[in-house]
Amino acid sequence: MSAFAQTQTNETFVLNLGPQHPATHGVLRVKLVMDGEYIVDAEPVLGYIHRMHEKMGENRTWAQFMPNTGRMDYLHALAYNHGYVSVVERAAGIEVPERAEYLRVITTELNRISSHLLWFGAFVLDLGGFSPLLYAFDDREQILDLLESVTGSRLTYCYFRFGGVYNDIDENFAAGARAFIKRLRERMPMYHALVTKNIILMKRLQEIGPISEEMCRKYGATGPVARGSGINFDVRKHEPYSIYPELRFDVPVYTEGDSMARYMVRMDEIEQSMRIVEQALDKLPEGPVMAAKAPKIIKPAKGDYYHAVETARGSFGVRVVSDGSNTPYRLKLRSPTFSNLSLFGEACRGMLLPDALALMGSLDLVIPEIDR
Amino acid sequence: MSLHPEVIRLLIFLVGIIAFAALNAAYLVWLERKEAGHIQRRIGPKEVGPFGLLQPLADGIKLMTKQLIVPAGVDPILFKIAPILVMVPAIMSFVTIPYGENLVARNIDIGLLMIFAFASVNVLGLLLGAWGSRNKYAVISAARVVSQNVAYEIPMLITVVTLVMITGTMNLHEIVMQQQGGFWNWNILNLAASPLMPVAFLIFFVCMLAETNRAPFDMAEAESELIAGAFTEYPGMGFGVFFMGEYANIVIGASVATILFLGGWQCPFGLFPGVHWFLLKMYFLIFTVIWIRWTYPRTTFYSLLNLSWKILIPISFFNLILTSAMIKVF
Repeated sequence: MSAFAQTQTNETFVLNLGPQHPATHGVLRVKLVMDGEYIVDAEPVLGYIHRMHEKMGENRTWAQFMPNTGRMDYLHALAYNHGYVSVVERAAGIEVPERAEYLRVITTELNRISSHLLWFGAFVLDLGGFSPLLYAFDDREQILDLLESVTGSRLTYCYFRFGGVYNDIDENFAAGARAFIKRLRERMPMYHALVTKNIILMKRLQEIGPISEEMCRKYGATGPVARGSGINFDVRKHEPYSIYPELRFDVPVYTEGDSMARYMVRMDEIEQSMRIVEQALDKLPEGPVMAAKAPKIIKPAKGDYYHAVETARGSFGVRVVSDGSNTPYRLKLRSPTFSNLSLFGEACRGMLLPDALALMGSLDLVIPEIDR
Repeated sequence: MSLHPEVIRLLIFLVGIIAFAALNAAYLVWLERKEAGHIQRRIGPKEVGPFGLLQPLADGIKLMTKQLIVPAGVDPILFKIAPILVMVPAIMSFVTIPYGENLVARNIDIGLLMIFAFASVNVLGLLLGAWGSRNKYAVISAARVVSQNVAYEIPMLITVVTLVMITGTMNLHEIVMQQQGGFWNWNILNLAASPLMPVAFLIFFVCMLAETNRAPFDMAEAESELIAGAFTEYPGMGFGVFFMGEYANIVIGASVATILFLGGWQCPFGLFPGVHWFLLKMYFLIFTVIWIRWTYPRTTFYSLLNLSWKILIPISFFNLILTSAMIKVF
């Protein structure tokens, strides 16, 4: 072969993707070593939006940390609320009324749908299709209106309390949620016809950005990323909490491991979340939404507690160490996107820049949650 | 001193062409935003003037009043002349395009050749601008633009050669005159010359999308990959001129497609031929171009090249051979 055909391995250059780049959806910086348009190596550089949530937790009372949880993953804030209240309730031994648990699940699942819808729009935007974003926002808006009516906020929720929830739902909410589910069920075929079955989209996602099962296990990936690689793990099913054992839903698992598999997992999860909300609304028991005996000042017994929940991005775990005082001794947050991002460096090696960005989009990164 | 009437005529046409190009660039942005808005369940611009019609004016003023920053480290000469190198050939191409029976600045016998010659210069402008920017994203974009244009000029030119073989002339005026009568005489339906004529039109249209860097082939300005591609470093009117050049090229592409395939200013039913028919067909093509952009996601670079080398070029070659065989036989 002539010298012309050989790639000069020393002729690489460094490309800074971010911290302000349209594809990173936030202040993530990825240092790419490039050979032409091929990626030789990628190193995510974090810390641009680090706010020391864990340290903040050590300096606040247990209840004062609640609003922080909604500000990590602003797209699925209620699941983060849920993770934190669950671990504190476990530590302090607080019983939660059944109706409150149902409300938690209903709102969390609605929030999960809104998170997936936003991801859907932003992901197709990454691939250069602008219009689906606006359609997804239209649907998402309905959820935000519903959640606003019961939680009081639209994005960074702080709805759960130790021992229940802050507000009961009314008839309008239940009717609105049912109407919304009916509407979204009608619109999902449209999304699939216009986007999923689009030939350009299929060519860009199928067999692109493969993530193997071993890689997921190695980096601790969870959520749709792991389920797209054939790992059947969903905290709601396998370490059940709240009222999830009483509800019937499936865990969508795809074995291909490519970007399309992750896309399909999320689209199927929207359907499953709709099922959950419907069932929970049907079964919703009467009763109080706040435990009568919940203490005003929380002082959990000495000990080490852990609780994980399934968020839209994967398994979110909270570990608290209590020394019996009114502030946590140590608060450790295990965020799913941090693990999911970690595999990007290995997964994108040898890929072209556009494909790597499609892969990054399919990981569904929320930067404030990576940095915490 | 009295001016020769031909000079006066050319001066009027020069002013007219520049005004037409600039006006089109401005109002195609408006059309694009309005159309995108309606596709996306929005209204689009509506605040400035009725239906937002003065929005392009406001945008223009904004772009013009912005400081022309020449970033440190760029090649100042290349950086400054690149937008002009994109805009001037675009304007030049308008010279030979006949919009009506007598509405043409210069009726040249090699008009078609001239348009394609100038269309190639436009790539050079983008390349120089991107190279002069000294920005890695811009350089990647420039590399893409060049290979994309090389790849798509081939099927485009083969299609045009096929057409020249059928019409026997490169004079755009004559090409239109040959399509007189009704829409069954248009080249797109000239099945007697080659049964693949509609396919040839499709190839030409796809190549035009790629040549003008329009979605789904907008590799040069793939905003989610390359930020703004070749224009990343350009502020204010530098960017504005690039943008006008892009839109002028779309107008030229649609005009050439109208002349070659859709019968120029001829009426589909043989009634009242005139410039209005030309504009109707041209704007319909432009409307389609915008429609495609807001419907499809972007392809990747390698599938773009594959499409050209593995599908479009073989088909257009086959069409060329078929046409020449049919000309020989019949």
